[in-house]
Amino acid sequence: MHEMSLCESIISVVEQQAKLNNFTEVKMVCLEVGQFSGVEMEALRFSFDCVTRGTCAENAELKIIETEAQAWCLPCANTVRVTHRYDACPKCGSHQLQVSGGDELKIKELEVN
Amino acid sequence: MCGVCGCGEGEARIEGKSVHKHHHHHHGEDGHSHSHGDGHTHHHEPMAEHSHAPGLTQSRMVQIEQDILAKNNQYANANRHYFAEHGLLALNFVSSPGSGKTSLLVRTIDELKDTLRFAVVEGDQQTTNDADRIRQTGAPAIQINTGKGCHLDGHMVGHAVEGLELEDGGVLFIENVGNLVCPASFDLGEAHKVVILSVTEGDDKPAKYPDMFHAADLMLINKIDLLPHVDFDIQKCIEHARSVNRSIKVLQISATSGEGLEQFYQWIKLAREMALTGHPAQLKKQAEGNNNVSRAAG
Repeated sequence: MHEMSLCESIISVVEQQAKLNNFTEVKMVCLEVGQFSGVEMEALRFSFDCVTRGTCAENAELKIIETEAQAWCLPCANTVRVTHRYDACPKCGSHQLQVSGGDELKIKELEVN
Repeated sequence: MCGVCGCGEGEARIEGKSVHKHHHHHHGEDGHSHSHGDGHTHHHEPMAEHSHAPGLTQSRMVQIEQDILAKNNQYANANRHYFAEHGLLALNFVSSPGSGKTSLLVRTIDELKDTLRFAVVEGDQQTTNDADRIRQTGAPAIQINTGKGCHLDGHMVGHAVEGLELEDGGVLFIENVGNLVCPASFDLGEAHKVVILSVTEGDDKPAKYPDMFHAADLMLINKIDLLPHVDFDIQKCIEHARSVNRSIKVLQISATSGEGLEQFYQWIKLAREMALTGHPAQLKKQAEGNNNVSRAAG
């Protein structure tokens, strides 16, 4: 359940932004979460609702853009889609893959009042 | 929430004391209320009425593009900087509960304490049992109780290290909370993550918990003295680990019988040499060595 601490980090960033950009209410929080970021989406949504209570992001909508994981296959020199870290290259079957995307864990934007 | 350090009123405790101890000022409600002075409210009263009318709320987008783990990574980098300054090798031990982490650390410290200086940060939800066990070896140890937390983070470790007597050129063991999921995401500033897997668990654990095995540099397969009694395929386990992390190093050990530990000690010594490269503590040691040689020659 490290999703709870992630949500606490999100709220701390949002509150920091509230001071910087002079807003008091957040309507939507948009995150980019990679497939390999180690985040369970359901747990993230659940924690978000708990953690935002009593903050400027209470009742805010949580929008999650899930990014697919990609890897570079050394033997066949292709960029391929993977769904697990232990996947083999779908083109040549090799395990010599270097994951090149899917670790993202970012707050992209906020919709505020 | 503190604006400088960032620590909230969390449940984490270091040896019974709140992590939230500060050497700096709090910017709490006082600072905030300044921005809502009388003049401010008067000026904006008409606008406020507008914004409450249905359909007229003027929402706007604020682009952030900020890494959610950025704050943890800042603390981790500060720790890493501190470790480098002091020529310390910091290792982050991760595993599921009951894999034998504490037993391994106790034995390692006992067998190497004549040549290396150790200190230990222990992470558990509750109790100081593990830190107490480490202290019996004579090495300084500090316990972090994470309360409901499932992992150590860079901030807790930074505060814990403040309370430890660390010697330049020493080795810091950080024993994470027993959990093969969450600690994978939190950098503590360590040089290496060491994942421990005991043969009483399944040999497919690296495939079941790929993030952790991907994040680790060394896998220790522990309790190999029990191999005759369990159904655990070492080769399969290594294959699973390699399929998620091609460069992971693997050692087979038993913290009870001592089998394979010599190789683990060798790895620690080499990693420590790397951490110490160019540090004054190493240069001093070299100079002493040279003096001894020249004295012997003279």
